[in-house]
Amino acid sequence: MSGVLVIFFLLAALAVLGAVSLILQRHPIHSALSLILVMVALAGLYLLMGAEFIAAVQIIVYGGAVMVLFVFVIMLLNAGEEERTNFSKLATFGGIPLALALGGVIAAAIARSSGHLPPPAASGVMSSTKEISKLLFSEFVYPFELTSFLILVAILGAIVLAQREN
Amino acid sequence: MIPTNYYLILSAILFGLGVLAFVFKRNIITIFMAIELMLNAVNLAFVAFSQALGKSDGEVFVLFVIVVAAAEAAVGLGIIILTARNRRSLNVERVDLLKL
Repeated sequence: MSGVLVIFFLLAALAVLGAVSLILQRHPIHSALSLILVMVALAGLYLLMGAEFIAAVQIIVYGGAVMVLFVFVIMLLNAGEEERTNFSKLATFGGIPLALALGGVIAAAIARSSGHLPPPAASGVMSSTKEISKLLFSEFVYPFELTSFLILVAILGAIVLAQREN
Repeated sequence: MIPTNYYLILSAILFGLGVLAFVFKRNIITIFMAIELMLNAVNLAFVAFSQALGKSDGEVFVLFVIVVAAAEAAVGLGIIILTARNRRSLNVERVDLLKL
């Protein structure tokens, strides 16, 4: 097994472990920390694929901004341990099989289509930051400008929603 | 080089775990985190396809997904604060105004 493959399996195991821990933890702050683990592992996988810019954005925006927002809200609301309510039978007997079936269907589709996928490019240089910025400011310039508007609306929405009414 | 399939299967597993968390968690904040987990799984598939096809379009999409997720997190957490203030609970079972 090559070294790259070992690193891949290490990061993949870390990501899956974090996701499972997110489900098993009862306290929301522990779930949030598990999610940060998943995001850092995914950033490592992006680096492995040669997508340095996406890896940096993943760490800064997801691991930094979004998760700080989550942790901040958890502490602001003083969220305690999850209440144990009587589990609905529908979730136990319908939810688990359906979620597993969904994962199985996706995995089967991937396994079946494996022959049609072209082999990965030899080097990671094709997805340089330069290439992304060129695309972002030529082909995708209209959606790119729209995202700035979207963020503005989101800021206004968050302020309006969270302000204390008097 | 790692086969693209490995990344896609990992993405499917993470998405399935996200769905599982979404169905099973009772805390509204944790349910929101499950949505973020699913978005992350989709991002991984996008980057894997981008690498497999040798084009950067997929990574641009990932950038857009991250921007939308950040905006969604800001608005969603605002809604969560409002809900917690009105219902005095973070349990989704207590948010049942629309229930008959």
